[in-house]
Amino acid sequence: MIIFRLAQQSLANRWITALLTILAIALSVMLLLGVEKIRTGARASFANTISGTDLIVGARSGSMQLLLYSVFRIGNATNNMTWRSYKDIAAGKEVKWIVPLSLGDSHKGFRVMGTSKQYFEHYRFRDKRQLVFGDGGVFDDLFDVVIGADVAQNLGYRLDDKIVVAHGIGSIGAKHDDMPFRIAGILKKTGTPVDKTLHVSLNAIEAIHVDWQAGYKVPGQATPADRLRAMKLRPKAITAALVGLNSRMQVFGFQRYVNTYKVEPLSAVLPGLALHEMWALVGTAEKALMAVSAMVVITAILGMMTMILSTLNERRREIAILRSLGAGPRTIVALLVSEAGILTALGVVLGTICLYGVLIIARPIIDTSYGINIEISALGITELQALGAILAGGFLAGLLPAWRAYRLSLADGMMVRA
Amino acid sequence: MNNDTTKDVVRMHNVRFTWPGKRGFGIRIDDFAMQQGERLLLLGPSGSGKSTLLSLLAGIVTPQAGCIEVLGTDINRLGSAARDHFRAEHFGIIFQMFNLLPYGAVMDNVLLPLSFAPKRRQRTEQAGGAQSEAHRLLNALGLNQELHDSPASQLSVGQQQRVAVARALIGAPEIIIADEPTSALDRDRQNTFLDLLFSQVGHADASLIMVSHDETHASRFGRVAELNDIIRLEAAS
Repeated sequence: MIIFRLAQQSLANRWITALLTILAIALSVMLLLGVEKIRTGARASFANTISGTDLIVGARSGSMQLLLYSVFRIGNATNNMTWRSYKDIAAGKEVKWIVPLSLGDSHKGFRVMGTSKQYFEHYRFRDKRQLVFGDGGVFDDLFDVVIGADVAQNLGYRLDDKIVVAHGIGSIGAKHDDMPFRIAGILKKTGTPVDKTLHVSLNAIEAIHVDWQAGYKVPGQATPADRLRAMKLRPKAITAALVGLNSRMQVFGFQRYVNTYKVEPLSAVLPGLALHEMWALVGTAEKALMAVSAMVVITAILGMMTMILSTLNERRREIAILRSLGAGPRTIVALLVSEAGILTALGVVLGTICLYGVLIIARPIIDTSYGINIEISALGITELQALGAILAGGFLAGLLPAWRAYRLSLADGMMVRA
Repeated sequence: MNNDTTKDVVRMHNVRFTWPGKRGFGIRIDDFAMQQGERLLLLGPSGSGKSTLLSLLAGIVTPQAGCIEVLGTDINRLGSAARDHFRAEHFGIIFQMFNLLPYGAVMDNVLLPLSFAPKRRQRTEQAGGAQSEAHRLLNALGLNQELHDSPASQLSVGQQQRVAVARALIGAPEIIIADEPTSALDRDRQNTFLDLLFSQVGHADASLIMVSHDETHASRFGRVAELNDIIRLEAAS
């Protein structure tokens, strides 16, 4: 129809303001969807990291803290639990399996974790998936190490490479450069912190600390690797333990048993519950972020409204001409409302396309720097609802200029102003 | 006073109107009529209420009191949508200047009124199609074929006024209103323009009502009236 072709041409005639308006809406849409994507991505990443573990046991601390340092490798344990307590807990008749975790060392910025062979058997992520070796297998020798996929990729390690493990966390730790480890296995990518971890046996952790006292290397002392192998090494303490129970029914009973353990103060937490607690805490920040992005969207729509209102004066002539030709108020309203709607729709489409573009570029960066794996998936229902609401808002925003245009046309009558 | 309403295309009786928001002044039109096929020139300076008269006639505004009959229909009794539709079907309007949508093609500008007037569209279909009818009118008004698809803004003022005539005449509406259509043109072009306007109005068998402050061309018209005799300005209560 001619009238809509002319409406398009009218808009094309004002293409700079129209384009800026579309860009403003596109940016706001990108922000809103981006926040939502990162939010759901972060949640999924965390929720997918641990699965199939009934309880995490560690020294007495807050449940979130225990979860963060033992599973997500975020922060440090304030206290360790003794090997004796570990043995004691492991002996419980409810315990189906138990895996010790000993953290505190690092290699070129990646965490080194001491554990047992059972870790590779019992640790589960994302819907109870098991760890799979891409190359090699479980550590056998004292100086064997199993590395995660990201470690192998970022540092270019291959099977049987020799590496050095440092004491302390961070790339500039004091180096245990006399302890060459051999890469015995490389795990397949999981999208969890496992990818960024080097796994050794608990005894290996003890071995690299033999010549150290109170965080300093004893001068002139360097126990040869062969002698270390011959030594009867035994861990004195571990950071935490993952526990699987015979029955889920026993979880709360066993948790109470650990929490009231007499020999030393311990905590046992349910991973799911701790995660839930974390979301409750993070939720406020999420809501604030969502509110800010919603405000940005509203600002963009208000900007569009201002744009249309400000062009109304120069368009009084256009509207007076249309009125004189017999265009009714409905046509005038439809014209301005559809203009607002078209601008918003273009903004929404452009914003969505740009978001996916940015996601494709930023995904690897976010993954390596924050360990958050953002899935590039189709828009979810919430996102589609949000886009629908923005679109509806855009159309509504056209109503005020439309009403004003109609009032102006009534006041102008047959006068066509320059 | 002419009581034979069948021959009158326009009849206004005891009309009173005050612009909304402009208190203090109103206009009164006691009696005004125009016959079928008449060429009427209304003379008066700006501020004499001519725009108001034309707005009332075309049904863009409605009076507070009185009766306005166009082609036997009391347009004040129509709802606003019906009034808009009535205007689209029965009026062709030419303004002083800035008649066209500048970004639109000449053809689109000419065809635009047909979007609001199905009967006028039908008449163009019977005459061989809306497109060819628009081309015919533009050619008859001295606008070459190559101008028909260019944006209206690229035309001279005189050419734009002629496009406005084509737009007013397409689909043969009964009444052509021209509001100072020549004031933006120089003397030579005024004559050429009026020649074209009159021949096309005659061809379409329409009635013409033109408003001007300039009596130079009065001899062309069948009737000349002073606006001051028709419209009374009065202080509204």
